[in-house]
Amino acid sequence: MQDYVIEVENLSASYRKTPVIEQIAFKVKPGTLTGIIGPNGAGKSTLIKTMLQLHPSLTGEVTFFGKHYKSVKKRIGYVPQRGSVDWDFPTTALDVVLMGLYGKIGLMKWPRKEHKRRAYEALEKMGMATYASRQISQLSGGQQQRVFLARALAQDADIYFMDEPLAGVDAATERAIMKILKELKEQRKTVMIVHHDLQTVAEYFDWVLLINRTVIAHGPTDKAFTKENIIKTYGGNLKWIKEVERRVVHSVQ
Amino acid sequence: MSSILFSSNTQWVLLSTMILGIAAGTIGAIAYWRKQNLMSDALAHAALPGVVIAFLLSGEKKLYLLIIGAAASALIGAMFIQTITTVSRISEDTAMGMILSVFYGLGIMLLAVVNRSSSGNQSGLDSFIYGQAAAMTRSDVYTMLALASVVILFILLFFKEWKVYLFDPQFAKGIGISHRWMDILYTGLLVTTIVIGIQAVGVILIAALLIIPAVSARYWTESFKVMVLLSALFGGLSGALGTLISALGSGLPTGPFIVTAAATCFVIALIFGKERGLLIQKLHFNKQKGRYEKHAGQTAPVEKGGGMM
Repeated sequence: MQDYVIEVENLSASYRKTPVIEQIAFKVKPGTLTGIIGPNGAGKSTLIKTMLQLHPSLTGEVTFFGKHYKSVKKRIGYVPQRGSVDWDFPTTALDVVLMGLYGKIGLMKWPRKEHKRRAYEALEKMGMATYASRQISQLSGGQQQRVFLARALAQDADIYFMDEPLAGVDAATERAIMKILKELKEQRKTVMIVHHDLQTVAEYFDWVLLINRTVIAHGPTDKAFTKENIIKTYGGNLKWIKEVERRVVHSVQ
Repeated sequence: MSSILFSSNTQWVLLSTMILGIAAGTIGAIAYWRKQNLMSDALAHAALPGVVIAFLLSGEKKLYLLIIGAAASALIGAMFIQTITTVSRISEDTAMGMILSVFYGLGIMLLAVVNRSSSGNQSGLDSFIYGQAAAMTRSDVYTMLALASVVILFILLFFKEWKVYLFDPQFAKGIGISHRWMDILYTGLLVTTIVIGIQAVGVILIAALLIIPAVSARYWTESFKVMVLLSALFGGLSGALGTLISALGSGLPTGPFIVTAAATCFVIALIFGKERGLLIQKLHFNKQKGRYEKHAGQTAPVEKGGGMM
């Protein structure tokens, strides 16, 4: 049994000349739900992409289960931002979820009935079964997000990274997604989520990683998600602080 | 006339342009979703200097030699485009525009040099600009058939890998489909299709055979699989029809006829396309309008089922 499933040491990355993340270091325990919190441009997405080698790192080391990314790739699921793909692509919801099983199906082989059944089950879990044969271009934003989540579920990974899965979705979708995330946590899966809404942090996550180009604070939500740390992360934007103050007091009650 | 059509050489040429069209349609559907339609045009133009240089070096007009030259020069063009885009801040379409015109200019210049020399006059290299399928020998036809089949095979074998690579490249990377290798394979197949097509269709127009069938297919379907199949069908039809028509007259270039046939496919798709055609859109609109007008003055129309969008 390992103490940590994700270990990040001294990770830095940049876009052209500007460094985006600098000397990021943290460790994540299994079975936790971590919210990655920070202002726009803090490097939240870049952090995930760099950890998953979708973006080159300048320095640093990232290990999953004590191993390099390459050797444990299949145990890691990634849910990109919804806007990162072209939803006009001619395919159905079920087909997109099926992509989560491509790793298991294997190169040059066609999906079988069994795979389709599993993809359908994943859609069912996200409350999207009736949309299985619907064109993805005809789905609403929230439904598209659920399809992405279903694809990740079908992948049956041990660690999940999700880039703003709750951005721009309606309340029903947000509830459906959070329910699944809690389930994943109960199954001792580890989930890291880029999150924007400070109001819901304490309710949704048991761990937080506050970043603004570098790690400001990392720890259990009740210890790390404090007013001081939030001010440090967001650079003293008064409006935010006031809102958060209310929220912090509320969560303590 | 019938003697030309039914001569065995014409039949072979017909078969080869049809297979070429199928290959071009298939890889064209990939290029469509790779959002790199201009790339095929740039690479086709970039192939010209390679053809002429291969002829100058070998002194022979053997298709496989010229194909190697064309492929080398198209790949150099692709490398230049890639380097310009990554090293400088010049955008990809600008880089493609530059490489397209510079390489084509170089090719025409070299062609002028070849045509000055006595042997070059009869070389018939000019046919590589607009295409001359009738000039193909039997061995040219075999070369083309073999390579086109390879292109089609690679796309069919990795069909689901292409799909995820095109739809969500980052996710594809996560499940072990290397973006780099898919890029290399894609460029390789694209260049292969272009170079085997330049004798029959010519460097200027081969891009049309890659672009138009795919765009036409898009009007008919909302399934990627069907789109690839339809695009192959339209490509094959255009190739065969264009060759057939150009074979009716003597010395007619093939490329323009193939492209015209492809364009006809497109116009038909644009109007009658089952999914996105103008007619079906108009019909849907009128149907909706009719429903609302019927309800006008009574109650508001009740939307039945999951009213989307």
